Amino acid sequence: MTISERFAAAFITGERWKLYISGLGITLEIALFAGILGIIIGTVAALMKLSTTEDGKPTILNYIASVYVDVIRGTPSVLQLLIMWFIVMASSNNGILVASLSFGINSGAYVSEIVRGGILAVDKGQMEAGRSLGLSKAKTMRYIVLPQAMKNVIPPLGNEFITLVKETAIVGYVSLSDLTRVANQIASRTYDAFMPLIGAAVIYFIVIKILTILLGKLERRMRRSDLR
Amino acid sequence: MISVKNLTKDYTKADGNHIRVIEGLNYEIEKGEKIVIVGPSGSGKRTFLRCLNLLERPTAGQIFFDGEEITAKGTDINKVRQRMGMVFQNFNLFNNLTVMQNLTLAPVKLKVMNEKEAREKATELLKRVNLLDKADVYPASLSGGQKQRIAIVRSLCMNPEMMLFDEPTSALDPEMVGEVLDVMKQLAEDGMTMVVVTHEMGFAREVATKVLFMDEGILLEENTPEEFFEHPKTKRLQDFLSKVL
Repeated sequence: MTISERFAAAFITGERWKLYISGLGITLEIALFAGILGIIIGTVAALMKLSTTEDGKPTILNYIASVYVDVIRGTPSVLQLLIMWFIVMASSNNGILVASLSFGINSGAYVSEIVRGGILAVDKGQMEAGRSLGLSKAKTMRYIVLPQAMKNVIPPLGNEFITLVKETAIVGYVSLSDLTRVANQIASRTYDAFMPLIGAAVIYFIVIKILTILLGKLERRMRRSDLR
Repeated sequence: MISVKNLTKDYTKADGNHIRVIEGLNYEIEKGEKIVIVGPSGSGKRTFLRCLNLLERPTAGQIFFDGEEITAKGTDINKVRQRMGMVFQNFNLFNNLTVMQNLTLAPVKLKVMNEKEAREKATELLKRVNLLDKADVYPASLSGGQKQRIAIVRSLCMNPEMMLFDEPTSALDPEMVGEVLDVMKQLAEDGMTMVVVTHEMGFAREVATKVLFMDEGILLEENTPEEFFEHPKTKRLQDFLSKVL
C-alpha cells in the first residue's frame, strides 16, 4: 500500500475522520467537566486544609481534606475510574458522567495542593489588612486573597488541565470511545497502526498547543494589576 | 475608651518552649488621646498594639473597648474592628484592587455605606491627602509614601473611632516619611484617638499626649512627652533615649 492509500484507509474510507472528531469531542467533554469539577473540589479542599479556628488550631476539616488528598494521590487513576464505573456508580450507564466525576475527583486532589500553595504565597498582610477593617475571614478570602491566589495558580493549574486532557485517554477501560480508543480501533480494523496512532497524537498535540496559547493569554491578563 | 487589664501574651516557639512577650500590662486610653509607644525591638510594643484589635490573641488578661470586654468569648470581633482602624508597616494595600476599590470595599461589603456614599467619602478623603488622581490605579504603581497615605485613608473610610499605627513610617524611604507623618498630624489635630508604635521621636514629642516605653514585655515608663524626653526616670529609658536621640 502506498502512503496515500494508508492515509485514506485511516481517515477517509467510511468517513472515518468523523470518528476521530467524535472521539476528540468525548475527550474534551470529559476533560472540561472534570477540569471544572476539579477546580471546585480542589478549591474547597484547599480552604478546608487551611481552615483554622480563631486562635489558630487545626479543625476536623483539615483532617478530612488531608485524607482525601492522600487517598487520591495514593492510588492509580485507572483504578479509581474502574472503581467508579464498576462499584460506586455501577447503576449508571452514562460513561461520560462517570468518567467526568472520576477524573474531577482525581484532579481535585492535585488542584487542592496547587490552590493551597497559591493561597499561602499571598502575603499574609493582605488577610490582616482585611481583618483589621472588620471584614470576616471568609469575605477577605473571597475578595482579596483568592483573587490574588488565582493569579499565582494559573500556570500550574493550566499544567494540571493539560495533564487531565491526556489522562482521559484511559477512558477506553470503561468502553468510552475517546480519541485514543477510536484511533486504536481503527488501527485494528485497518491492520495499520501507524496512521491512526500518529494521527491521534498529532490531534492531541494541536489541541494542547492551542490550550497553551490560550493559557498564556489568560495569564497575561491576570497580571494586569502588577503593571505599573 | 480602651482599658487594658493585666494583658499577657506568650508565644510558643518551634521547640515547644513558651516565651513571654508581654507581662501583666495595665493601661487606660481616654477618648482623643494620642498614645505613642516606643521601645527597643523585641520589647513587645507591636504585640501590644496588635492585641488591641485582637490580631494577636492575648494569653491572659482583658481588654475593654467602650466598656465592652472584647477579649470575652463570643464577642463579635469584626464589629469591634470596624470601629478601630489599623495602619501597617508594610501598607498592605489590596494588590488586586484599584485605589478606589481598596477604599470602598470594606464600607460597602460591611454595609456601612452604599456604593455611592462610599465613593463620595473616598473621593473626599483622597482629596485631603492629595491623591485623587491615583483613584483608578493599582497599588503597584504607587510610591511607599503614597501607599501609606492611601492605607490611612482606607481605614478612615470606615469612620473609625480610633486608629492604630504599627510603625507606619519604618518601611519608607526617608524623604517620604514627612508626607505620612503630616497626614497623621492632621488626623491628630482633628481629634482622632490614636495609638502609634513608632521610632519617630520627633512625632512622639510633637503629637503625643502620652509616651509609653516598653522593654522586655513590660510597660516600664509612661509620661507626657516633655517629662518623658527631658526627665526619664528609669536607667533603661535613659540608655534608650541616649541611643535614639
